[in-house]
Amino acid sequence: MRRARAPLCPTLARLGAALACVSAAACRRGMQSALDPAGPQARRIENLWWLFFYVCAAVFVLVMVWTLAAVYRARVRRRETATALDVTDEPELAPAPQTERALRNVVVGATALTVVILFVFLVASFVTGRALWEPADRTNQLTVEVTGQQWWWKVRYLDAANAQNVFTTANEIHIPTNTPVTFKLQAPDVIHSFWVPNLMGKKDLIPGQIAYLWLQADRPGTYRGQCAEYCGMQHAHMAFYVVAEPPEQFAAWLTRQRMAAAQPASASAQRGQQVFMNAPCVMCHTIRGTQAGSGIGPDLTHVGSRTTIAAGTLPNERGHLANWVADAQSVKPGSRMPPNSLSPEDLQALLDYLQSLQ
Amino acid sequence: MSAAETEEAARAAEARRAETELARNPDLAARKVRADRRELDEAADRRALERTWASGRGLWAWLTTTNHKDISARYIITAFVFFLLGGVEAAVMRLQLARPENGVLGPDLYNQVFTMHGTTMMFLFAVPIMEGIGLYLVPLMIGTRNVAFPRMNAYGYFAYLFGGLFLYVSFFLHTGPDAGWFAYVPLSGPGYSPGKRVDVWAQMITFTEIAALVGAIEIVVTVFKQRAPGMTLNRVPLFVWTQVISSFMIIFGMPAVMLASSFLASDRLIDTHFFNPAEGGDALLYQHVFWFFGHPEVYIIFLPALGFVSAIVAAFARRKVFGYTAMVLSLIATAFLGFGLWVHHMFATPLPQLGQSFFTGASMMIAIPSGVQIFCWLATLWGGKLRLKTPLLFVLGFVAIFTLGGLTGVMLAAVPLDLQVHDTYFVVAHFHYVLIGGAVFPLFGAFYYWAPKFMGRMLSERAGRWNFWLMFVGFNLVFFPMHQLGLKGMPRRVYTYLPETGWGDLNLLASLGALLLTAGVAVFLGNYLWARRAGEVAGDNPWHAPGLEWATASPPPAYNFVYLPTVQGRYAVWESDADAPVVVGLKTDCREVLVTHVLDAAPGHRYQLPGPSIWPLLVALATAAAFAPGIFTPWAFAVGAVLAFLALFGWFWSDPKSGNEPGRAAQPAPPAPQLEPTPRARPLEEGA
Repeated sequence: MRRARAPLCPTLARLGAALACVSAAACRRGMQSALDPAGPQARRIENLWWLFFYVCAAVFVLVMVWTLAAVYRARVRRRETATALDVTDEPELAPAPQTERALRNVVVGATALTVVILFVFLVASFVTGRALWEPADRTNQLTVEVTGQQWWWKVRYLDAANAQNVFTTANEIHIPTNTPVTFKLQAPDVIHSFWVPNLMGKKDLIPGQIAYLWLQADRPGTYRGQCAEYCGMQHAHMAFYVVAEPPEQFAAWLTRQRMAAAQPASASAQRGQQVFMNAPCVMCHTIRGTQAGSGIGPDLTHVGSRTTIAAGTLPNERGHLANWVADAQSVKPGSRMPPNSLSPEDLQALLDYLQSLQ
Repeated sequence: MSAAETEEAARAAEARRAETELARNPDLAARKVRADRRELDEAADRRALERTWASGRGLWAWLTTTNHKDISARYIITAFVFFLLGGVEAAVMRLQLARPENGVLGPDLYNQVFTMHGTTMMFLFAVPIMEGIGLYLVPLMIGTRNVAFPRMNAYGYFAYLFGGLFLYVSFFLHTGPDAGWFAYVPLSGPGYSPGKRVDVWAQMITFTEIAALVGAIEIVVTVFKQRAPGMTLNRVPLFVWTQVISSFMIIFGMPAVMLASSFLASDRLIDTHFFNPAEGGDALLYQHVFWFFGHPEVYIIFLPALGFVSAIVAAFARRKVFGYTAMVLSLIATAFLGFGLWVHHMFATPLPQLGQSFFTGASMMIAIPSGVQIFCWLATLWGGKLRLKTPLLFVLGFVAIFTLGGLTGVMLAAVPLDLQVHDTYFVVAHFHYVLIGGAVFPLFGAFYYWAPKFMGRMLSERAGRWNFWLMFVGFNLVFFPMHQLGLKGMPRRVYTYLPETGWGDLNLLASLGALLLTAGVAVFLGNYLWARRAGEVAGDNPWHAPGLEWATASPPPAYNFVYLPTVQGRYAVWESDADAPVVVGLKTDCREVLVTHVLDAAPGHRYQLPGPSIWPLLVALATAAAFAPGIFTPWAFAVGAVLAFLALFGWFWSDPKSGNEPGRAAQPAPPAPQLEPTPRARPLEEGA
């Protein structure tokens, strides 16, 4: 009995917590939540949300009170007439004119109130919308080009002044805090949607078009984003992270990322590099500073420094990395990463090499 | 005193009592006179009508019937089966999403299942069931014998059936479409959806849209030309208004989706490049065309449900619905606005800001007519004497759920909010509140309300209450948490999610709610199956309801009314005079109906409708021969066109049995039908 009951209790407790959540709207903290803003845009939207929420909640309560009161009143009326005359089923074809007048006034009043509320909403929405698209500070020239493709995100840091500084990474975007960053968004295959709820609403990436968006984070943190437009088999596993750091820290990261990959130091890592160059890996991936230069898969120059692999699907740990390299299809069925049959020694060496790419 | 004497005395007393009652009540006297006058020929007319309108028995009769009630019953039953299938798909999805990284369905199957769920519910359930109920009730409500084009009606059903079967056969052959019910390009294009899955979807759309268009034309023409004398346009029941208006929306909206699906099919089949950006096509064009249909589609589904609500509210509040004119104008306004807000499905695309704000305005504006209708119903309830039966319970559930869905709709109209919650579970919650609350709850109310008319027996009231409460609680448990899931960042159409997202508990709650919702639907099914055999016999008008459909037997005879009625008010049965004239002079040896004028429903001429025919089925088969193999080769369309031509040739060829030779269809010199003179017959205008 005890054994059977044990798993039920945590489930019930969790259910209770979920219910509390629903009622109190308390669970709004989250790394992918529209109600936990970390930037000026998301905060404006959140403010607009609470305006809509409270007004709509009031309207809902009013309508419900009206409904229940109407039901209660009509039932009372029916009981009265039922005792006085036995004509409860006779329809009322000519209701009392004063009642009808009163009802008309209520209906007209409620409609007028609806119009006023909608007008307030319209203006509030328009004002918020305008603010979303114009950054307060246009001095920063940092532009990040994000290319959504089935099912990962290619990220290029552009630099108009110096083409040498342009570099490519994947699925993890670092930005400096308190600085607006421009995003240039595109998709070569199907429609994707770029969305970091804690920072801003989403923007669709339509093949054949380029979309622009700016983001700003005003507190350091890691914010999860996810593709929001159904894009095929692995739409569910097309996430990315935005890491907001203080400007100095960001500058250090930028410098590190601009460099080519470090040459493998240990013997095992050297062997791993050989494995990489001889295995199918080299057909799709780039590691700057080596011969690997294909653009089909994510750039792996600094893969060891990223927190996740497979577009936010797995933490970047040795075991997961091994699993991903050997049999990606079991992790993310349908992804473009083929299975690789490597001997255990080769696989360990390859992992040493990949993890050394900091 | 002997026994015979006692009996005689009793009889005399009875006669005296009846006499005094007649003297006291002239209305009753008139009714009696009328009944006496009619007794003789009514029986004969009834026999003649039975003969003329009989559909026959057996398989052949089943395949050839053109009776609107037979065909509508098929629509309703078929659509309900698809509803159950779509519901099973939903339940399987809830099972998969109950826990993070669950393994009930893999991504390939999940994507097929959610596509099938959306496609089934939108195209195979919601639109056909609303039209099916309309095609059943509208001729009864306006007092005629059949729809305007009975054979086309049969054709529409077969096209719908073949489309649905085609989709499900493909699904069970693991070729179910998997690009979503909206099939956005380029994902659904030849480059990213190889195989035949999306072709199946595109052709199925064509089938069901043909059926929808056919049904819409039936309803518009029937309502405009076949209303009973006296049913002027401002006496048309609100239910019939909703059917007419949503039919007009179908006529304007459905061609857009056929355009989208045909362009898509031709991109896939014959290498056109409508949507291929690499060749100068435009991926966004598809979205514009699709949503130009897709948004009105919501109102196409939802307006007929408002008709159910109005009918139920009047019958169970025991009074006329408050604000008839405001209601009709609101419906028309909804229909117009419904075509002007499709871009709110595309706020996240790179469209100009200013343009988007116009669509924000239009989207918010639609809350005004919806609000007016809710207020009018609440005013009706306020002024009525409620009978809190199951149909009214479902209407009250509708008010609660639909109001919430409408309010979240206003939120989605605001571009900034939409940018956050677009394509998340918030939207899933919103449109299920609108569609289940706005259409399915009234639909179940309608089942309880009209079941006595459909099958002559009442559904159980007790089971009805269980049904309502299970569905109401279950529904809210499933869909309310989804609002919060969306705000917490959960996107739609994901087959799984990671544990660290923190979405697990709310998803589990939603999945548990699905159990209650399923139980509610199961109670309904049980109730229906039980009532068919053992339900209380209903009689003509068990609710003492106002619509003309209650002025005939339950279930109605094939010819609907022995004598077509005349109408004295908006609530025909309630406002009917005891001595109201009826239409006489229509032939009983052929399928003749009365054609009246659009505005005032004044009698115009008599028109003979065709009888049973096999040609609708053959034309539908020819249509299927074009579209189903059309996913493999464009030549199928050439073959299908020839077959359809041959079948239509047979269709239009004279059919002596139905007396429908070309040129004889409309009586050239229409003699106006006489209205039976009754002791106190009055000119029709007087009551107007």
